[in-house]
Amino acid sequence: MTAPQTLLATPLTAAHRTSGARMVPFAGYEMPVQYAEGVLAEHRWTRAHAGLFDVSHMGPAWLRPIDPPDDAEAAHQAISAAIEPLVCGDIAGLAPSQLRYTLLLNETGGALDDLMVGRPAAPADQGSLYLVVNAGTKAADSARIAAAVQGVARLERADHDALIALQGPEAAAVMQGLCPGACALSFMRFGSFEADGQPLLISRSGYTGEDGFEILAPRAYAGTLWAKLVADQRVKPVGLGARDSLRLEAGLPLYGHDLDETTSPVEAGLAFAVSRRRRTRGDYPGAARIARELAEGAARVRIALLVEGAPAREGAEIVHDGQVVGRVTSGGFSPTLSQPIAVGFAPPALAAPGTRLSVVVRGRAQPAEAIALPFVPHRYARNP
Amino acid sequence: MLFTKDHEWVALDGDVATVGITRFAAEQLGDVVYVELPEVGRRVARGEGFAVVESVKAASDVYAPLSGEVIAVNGALAGAPDTVNADAEGAGWFAKLRVSDPAEFEGLMDKPAYDALIAEG
Repeated sequence: MTAPQTLLATPLTAAHRTSGARMVPFAGYEMPVQYAEGVLAEHRWTRAHAGLFDVSHMGPAWLRPIDPPDDAEAAHQAISAAIEPLVCGDIAGLAPSQLRYTLLLNETGGALDDLMVGRPAAPADQGSLYLVVNAGTKAADSARIAAAVQGVARLERADHDALIALQGPEAAAVMQGLCPGACALSFMRFGSFEADGQPLLISRSGYTGEDGFEILAPRAYAGTLWAKLVADQRVKPVGLGARDSLRLEAGLPLYGHDLDETTSPVEAGLAFAVSRRRRTRGDYPGAARIARELAEGAARVRIALLVEGAPAREGAEIVHDGQVVGRVTSGGFSPTLSQPIAVGFAPPALAAPGTRLSVVVRGRAQPAEAIALPFVPHRYARNP
Repeated sequence: MLFTKDHEWVALDGDVATVGITRFAAEQLGDVVYVELPEVGRRVARGEGFAVVESVKAASDVYAPLSGEVIAVNGALAGAPDTVNADAEGAGWFAKLRVSDPAEFEGLMDKPAYDALIAEG
C-alpha cells in the first residue's frame, strides 16, 4: 500500500511500516492507525502496561524572546503579556517547569484550538514558552501566535522533531530505565533532560487519562529512541485508533470534533481552563460571553453517554422526550467498559447522571444514559 | 464456498445460502465490537445493505450477496461479536437466505478468483 506523495512522514513513519502498522492519512501525515495486534489489544495494553505513541504530527513549538529583560521573572511576564490576549489561561502565573492546558479563543469565545503552554525551568530559558498545538490547526495557530508576539518573541516550530508519548501505569517504570530524572516530574510539569547524550524535552502529560510522558526528541534520534522503548517488554506501540478510544474514555476533548469555533470552554466542560486571574480581569477573548456563561450557565454543555446497542458515532442525534436536543461529537466503543460510549452537546438539564436519553443510529432510537465524565478514572501522577 | 467483490462469502445448500464476511474483510476491519443483523423474514435484493459490522473506529455496511428472504440470523454475534474476527468464514456467519434467483449464483467468485482479487489489493 502506497500513500499519496503529498502526505508528510514523521521521523518514525518508516519504522511503523516495517513493524506491521496499518498506515492512514491523518492531518496531512501518513500515520499508524493500528499495529498488528489491533485497536482493542493496544487500548487494553495501555491501560494495563505502557503504550508508545508517535504523535509527531502534533505541533510542538517554542516562543523565544527577541530581547528579553535580564530579570527572569520580568522576561516571563513579557512573553506572557504577549500571548495572554489569545488564550483564557493564566500564563503569567505559571511556575518554572509548569505546563498548562489552555485554549486559543476567537472574539466570541469559540475555540480555535486547545493547546499546552509551558514555562521552562532553566533560568537561562526564562522568557521562552513551550507550546504544543493540534496537528490539524498548527499552521493557522502558528501564524496567529507569531503575529501576536511580533516584536517580543519569535515562534520556532519544533514539529520537524519527533514527539513520542509513553502512557500507562508502567510508563514511569519504563522511564526509570531511559531517563530517571524525568520520573521526578509531577503531572503537568516538564523539563529538559539528556539520554544517550541526546537532548530530550519530557513532560508528565498525555492524552489517555493514564500516567505518562510526552518526549520531544531530535529527529535523527527518533528511530533509536522508539526501538529502545519498544524493546522493553512492558511497552507496545499503539496507533491512532486506540489513542482515540483512550482519550474518549478519559473524557478528553478532540479539537475539530468536540471543540470548534462555536464552542466555548464553559460549554465544553473546560471552565477550569479559564484561569481565575483572567476571569477577574475579563481580559481574554470572548470574555463577555464566557463570563455570562460562567455566571448563568451555558445553553448547551458537553455530556457523556453510556449507549445501549450499536455505537453512536459523531453526528448521531441525541433525543429526549421525542425532541432532538443535540448531537454526538465523539462516539465509539469503550474497550474498558465493553460498551459503546459517546460525548455530545445537549442542554445542561439533561447532563445530570442518570438522565435517560436516546441516540439515533441508522434511523433507530437506542437508549442512552447520561453519566459523569470521565468514563474511566484518570490516574495521573501527582508527586509531592 | 463462493465470494463477492465486496468481501462476503456464501455457502450454498440447495436454495439456502449462509452468508458472512470474509476472513480478509474481518482482518481489514479490525476488532469487531458490534454486528447489526437483519430481521428474519426481511426480503433483500442483491447488493442491498442488509447488515452492519462495527469496529472500534467505524461502521461498515455488509451487502446481500444474493437476493432472497432472511430465514435465520446468527444471534450469537450479539453477545460475541469478536467471533467474526476469530472465525469469519465459520462460526462468524451473519445470516441464512432463501435464495429467490439461482441465476445470481453466476455472479459469485470461486476461491481462486477471490484470492486473486485480494492479492491485487
